[in-house]
Amino acid sequence: MSLDNVHSLPYLLPELILTLAILSVFVGDLVIAAKERIGEIALVGGALVLVAVWAVAGRADAGLFNRMVIHDRFASFFKVIFILATLAAVWMSLTSREARRSNQGEYYGILLSSALGMCFMASSANLLMAYLSLEFVSLTSYVLTGILKHSRRSGEAAVKYLIYGGVASGTMIYGMSWIFGLAGSMDYARINAALSQGGSNQLALFIALVLTLTGFGYKIAAVPFHMWAPDVYQGAPIPIAAFLSVGSKAAGFALLIRFFYPAISQLAPSGLWTALPGIEWPQLVLVLSMITMTLGNFAALSQQNLKRLLAYSSIAHAGYILMGFVVLSNDGLRAMMFYLIAYYLMNIGAFLVVMIVANSTGREDIEAYRGLAWRGGAMPAVAMAIFLFSLAGLPPLGGFIGKFYLFAAVIERQFYLLALVGVANSVVSLYYYARIVKAMFLDQPAGGEGTVVVGVHDGSLLWGLAGATVALGLYWSPVMSFVERSLHFFAG
Amino acid sequence: MAHILTYMTFIPLLGAALILCLPRAQHNLIKWTAAAATVPPLLMAVWLFVNFDRTQAGFQLIERAPWITLGSFKAEYFVAVDGISITMVLLTALLSFICIFASWGIDKAVKGYFALFLLLDTGMMGVFVALDFLLFFVFWEVMLLPMYFLIGIWGGPRREYAAIKFFLYTLVGSALMLLAILALYFYNEPHTLDMTQLIANNATYSRQFQLVVWIALFIGFAIKIPAFPFHTWLPDAHVEAPTAISVILAGVLLKMGTYGILRVNFAILPLATADLAYYFLAALGTWNIVYGALCAMAQKDLKKLVAYSSISHMGYVMLGMASFTQQGISGAVMQMFNHGTVTAMLFLLVGVIYDRAHHRQIEGFGGLATTMPVYTGVTALAFFAAMGLPGLSAFISEVLVLLGSWQSAKLLTAIAATAVILTAGYMLWTMQRMYFGKVNEKYATLPEINGRELFTLLPLGAIVIVLGVYPAPVLDLMTQSLHQLNQMVAPYL
Repeated sequence: MSLDNVHSLPYLLPELILTLAILSVFVGDLVIAAKERIGEIALVGGALVLVAVWAVAGRADAGLFNRMVIHDRFASFFKVIFILATLAAVWMSLTSREARRSNQGEYYGILLSSALGMCFMASSANLLMAYLSLEFVSLTSYVLTGILKHSRRSGEAAVKYLIYGGVASGTMIYGMSWIFGLAGSMDYARINAALSQGGSNQLALFIALVLTLTGFGYKIAAVPFHMWAPDVYQGAPIPIAAFLSVGSKAAGFALLIRFFYPAISQLAPSGLWTALPGIEWPQLVLVLSMITMTLGNFAALSQQNLKRLLAYSSIAHAGYILMGFVVLSNDGLRAMMFYLIAYYLMNIGAFLVVMIVANSTGREDIEAYRGLAWRGGAMPAVAMAIFLFSLAGLPPLGGFIGKFYLFAAVIERQFYLLALVGVANSVVSLYYYARIVKAMFLDQPAGGEGTVVVGVHDGSLLWGLAGATVALGLYWSPVMSFVERSLHFFAG
Repeated sequence: MAHILTYMTFIPLLGAALILCLPRAQHNLIKWTAAAATVPPLLMAVWLFVNFDRTQAGFQLIERAPWITLGSFKAEYFVAVDGISITMVLLTALLSFICIFASWGIDKAVKGYFALFLLLDTGMMGVFVALDFLLFFVFWEVMLLPMYFLIGIWGGPRREYAAIKFFLYTLVGSALMLLAILALYFYNEPHTLDMTQLIANNATYSRQFQLVVWIALFIGFAIKIPAFPFHTWLPDAHVEAPTAISVILAGVLLKMGTYGILRVNFAILPLATADLAYYFLAALGTWNIVYGALCAMAQKDLKKLVAYSSISHMGYVMLGMASFTQQGISGAVMQMFNHGTVTAMLFLLVGVIYDRAHHRQIEGFGGLATTMPVYTGVTALAFFAAMGLPGLSAFISEVLVLLGSWQSAKLLTAIAATAVILTAGYMLWTMQRMYFGKVNEKYATLPEINGRELFTLLPLGAIVIVLGVYPAPVLDLMTQSLHQLNQMVAPYL
């Protein structure tokens, strides 16, 4: 069902509320004297958007604005993740030392704008819309990264991010122009119809896909488009790093899945997909996946700065999630979506602890974590251990279940080499996660690290995330059935 | 007593939760709470020992409930015992109780220690009763985390190295195990994680599939045993771990490796077992026996000596399993139980002397028999048991193993039997250097073993003697199930 502009508006309720929230933040910045209230506007706005996403999720699939944007359960699923990531980032920003030193109106306004862009990334079904929404998210991300005016590192990170981003999206749009030339349309459904007849020059098609993949790969921080991640995560304010590592990555995956699955693959009733004739992208992504996780993990081994370490870990996780992408099955897609939820909980949680420690001590290096469990309360250390072990994929934590489904999807399709590389990487990753745990529990404080206090505000989010990480590892039926319901693409 | 296994598994976890709610400074309250949490499982173990149906080969006290059901995917809470796991369940309940008292001297972060210890207890018990493969795997891994912290925080000088080494080694094994579990899951139609179902289908797996999965699982379990060449984590972990944790490590954790091989490799992959057992179990087991004994002989640190003796003694279990005779396999499981009690005594005794002298160098002592006669008496009992002296429990199991394996591998059995001399050699030599000879003036005033320490040692000593004279009560527990297991592999030999 394709709708015209006016009839599309009811479906767009979440985005409209989000836009209103953005405007309220900007206006609030002008009229409210107590600047710390502005974050709260963003928080309320975000919460309303979440309700709106839920309210419109039940509507039938539709192609909005003459199919530039689509409404389906797949898009709603990702919107939930984006808004939750935004809410967590806003919540963290309320106590973040860095965030409070920047201009509140700009900070929250741009943060919410970025979320708006992500929502469109997940729901675009047209190359043009995909490009525009991706660029919108990128531009807002550059500003958010460089928002700390007093910090040279922040500025440097923003410039690096901008340059990498510019090159990647330039390459991508060039690739998209080839696809347009080959398929004669920018609409995913029409591209699929045109390419499935075969007859296109295979080399040209392959080159077009590789070029397009550059932009997507950059968004999910997959090798070889990952170089920006460590610098950006280190330079950006911690809540922004958390937001980018989860929200931006999920948005990249949403775009990636929608393009490579409904647009250029075909679904058989068995739940298995086949790439359109002549398009050999699965092998290419298979190799990328293995290289990404291996490089991410090995590079993380020697990091001293926690944000850099988490950046490399997030690169490795992009590699794990790609495992579900290459197997061309609905099981693989479900595993990816489930993993993103687990990843949301544990990665935001890990960044939250980094922020709590940085707020108290002003430091982000691993030395600042020495004896964290013995300095004041054990709470941040225990929660951090839960997040890190979950990232490493140990049961009974959410990250294990996520990996379990990924490996299951891989083994089911008999990609044994990929599975072996995956588990070997899990073992490697344990080493650097355990290094932090060792510093927190096994080392004694050397003195001078300072005590770390957790307020009620941060503590509530911290325990919420830690509790959810454990709960997800023990009983995940509701989450998995939510994922199963959400794996549903707009059909035409 | 319908849910006895659930109670045995989760009462310690409840205890751990309770301890977390207690005030940090109340050390005694925390310790007694921990002790109280291990008493019900111990009493239930006694009940289990009395009421276990020895005439039945299959699973008993079955409890199953849906855990995760998603379309075709089904994981269950499925626990039960049979003759293979019952002895391990008893051993776990017993050693957990004893080790709480062996940990009484802990004074650093007491709350954390006992909470983690009880969590470990739940993990161990869970591994031995779980029959759903995912549940089994979760329990298997749940045990890892507390162990890492218990070694890493409360251990000796090189504890951090030992803890991470133990952690990484085990994780390599369990990562392979996870892949093997998934492979088995997808190979079966309909897909299943139910071990009993996997066993029932064991004739349908192709040879190539069995061999690959067998090796993946074997590496996972061999690291835990530990079989050569995966054993190097063990001396480090043992030397650095606090006494009670060494006891648990040697007494229970090592058995998970051999238990896993019997439960999974033997029953689910009988064809591959028949093909590979000689090389991977019998030959490697013999090598373990000889190599472990030679290494033990070279040690200067008493605890390291005991650690290597564990490697040597676990070799008998592997050798016995691979014989596919009723004597051999019964001897192997019996040896698992006996090694659990004997090695627990040895580590407790090492702890006693270490608490007093603050070192464990064998050469540093002398004439302890004069100053600590009671301690020396108990040590002599444990040493003789470890040597396999007739009349003590380990003798029975080692003889059964050798009798069984003689029928299938004469040369290896001959080598293994010769190694008994090596064992006697290092044990007696240690005895002589530490306990006899001239009294070392420096340690002439060491206080005699105390009541609490005797309380931890004497029950084990009693079991060692009783089972040495009359092993039938424990042997009867396992006979039927092991016979059935042997029958599964027999057609492929």
